Amino acid sequence: MRSKILGILSLVLMIANLYMIFIFAPNESTMGVIQRIFYFHLPAGIFSYVSAYLLGLGSIMFLIKRDLKWDRFAAASGEMGVLCTSLSIMSGALWAKPVWGIWWTWDARLTLQFLLALIFLSYLMLRAYLPEREKRAALGGVFGVLAMIDVPFNYLSIRWWRTQHPQPVILGGGLDWDMWKVMIVSFLAFAALYSYLIGRRMAIARVEEEVEYLEHAILAHD
Amino acid sequence: MKPITAIIFKDIVIEMRSKESVSSMLMFGVLVLAIFNFAFEPSSVDRSLIAPGILWVAFSFAAILGLNRALAMEMDNECLQGLLLAPLDRGDLYLGKVASNFTFIMIAELIVLPIFVIFNNLKFNFQFLEIAGIACLGTIAIAAIGSILSTISANTRMKEVMLPVLQIPLTVPVIIASVEATSMVLSGETKGISSWLYLLAGFSIVYLIVSYLVFEFVVEE
Repeated sequence: MRSKILGILSLVLMIANLYMIFIFAPNESTMGVIQRIFYFHLPAGIFSYVSAYLLGLGSIMFLIKRDLKWDRFAAASGEMGVLCTSLSIMSGALWAKPVWGIWWTWDARLTLQFLLALIFLSYLMLRAYLPEREKRAALGGVFGVLAMIDVPFNYLSIRWWRTQHPQPVILGGGLDWDMWKVMIVSFLAFAALYSYLIGRRMAIARVEEEVEYLEHAILAHD
Repeated sequence: MKPITAIIFKDIVIEMRSKESVSSMLMFGVLVLAIFNFAFEPSSVDRSLIAPGILWVAFSFAAILGLNRALAMEMDNECLQGLLLAPLDRGDLYLGKVASNFTFIMIAELIVLPIFVIFNNLKFNFQFLEIAGIACLGTIAIAAIGSILSTISANTRMKEVMLPVLQIPLTVPVIIASVEATSMVLSGETKGISSWLYLLAGFSIVYLIVSYLVFEFVVEE
């Protein structure tokens, strides 16, 4: 029931959001239409950090409570992390090509996002190579904790590294109030979709585990 | 303290007899220095700009090789099981492993470093000692995180492949800080180097403490 409400809510918010992004939002004076990518790009970027911390939270809670529910939560956050980082990187590249004239540069933000994607991918790869359910949860949990701690270190080191080679500021000055409204709706829509997807992914993971258990039971019975 | 020293002693004795870990790291480190020499035409780029990067590529990949070797040694003949049966705290086991891994990686690095100095026509002066000091800090960080990650990867189906996949993304701050600090020493402009050294020290301390606490989850049955 709860997931149904969340699903409908995200659908409504996303339609409203699309209307606001493409029709309501004013054109940006220098970048023009391309700036509208920003309304997808920023929520995706922010939620990739949220995913990193949800992954850490799920991992810590699993190691303390030993409840597989938390492991499913951590795994779902890891997958959402891959989704969010790749969305933000791809939308960023689409934006950067016409505005900066290049797809990619090793700017602090881009580097961080790329590294975050690598960390999520290595987490998922580790899980994929651990066949035993309990082991996958425990070792995945430990790696999740280590990865979460790494995020602020990455942030600090890349910031310091790049401030020594100054880069043009991406967003100087304030945002127009109408643009803020669009941004807020974008965030709400993204948050609703995000929680809906996490809930669905956890439900699927539980079904997968049940299927696995039943397969074992049937094989043992034969 | 006693169990930790016992583990270090055990690993050193094994290494003295087999000499596998240090020699493979050493060989690999020298190979990386040589390969980079071909990759960058000697005269086309400024040596002092790329030298720190080459050095830390050699160090961090050689360390992965050594860490893999150290764990493979424990996995052969179920040696790790024996260690786990011994009456010692899991955290102490981790610290012992960090210490012995650090020792072997450091030995290999201290031999690669003079070769690096010769290949790049640098001078054997105070700079050399400073770089050795940075290498020491960076290696503590690599050993701290590598010892727990290699134990995690040893449980997976693709042991040797998994360690670099897990370790390289997490050690990026260490590599950035070490490369920056090394290039500051080489260029002689050491203003602001302390923030990089603090970052290395902080990284090591945080990971040593956290890994000490969570190591028991890695080795539990």
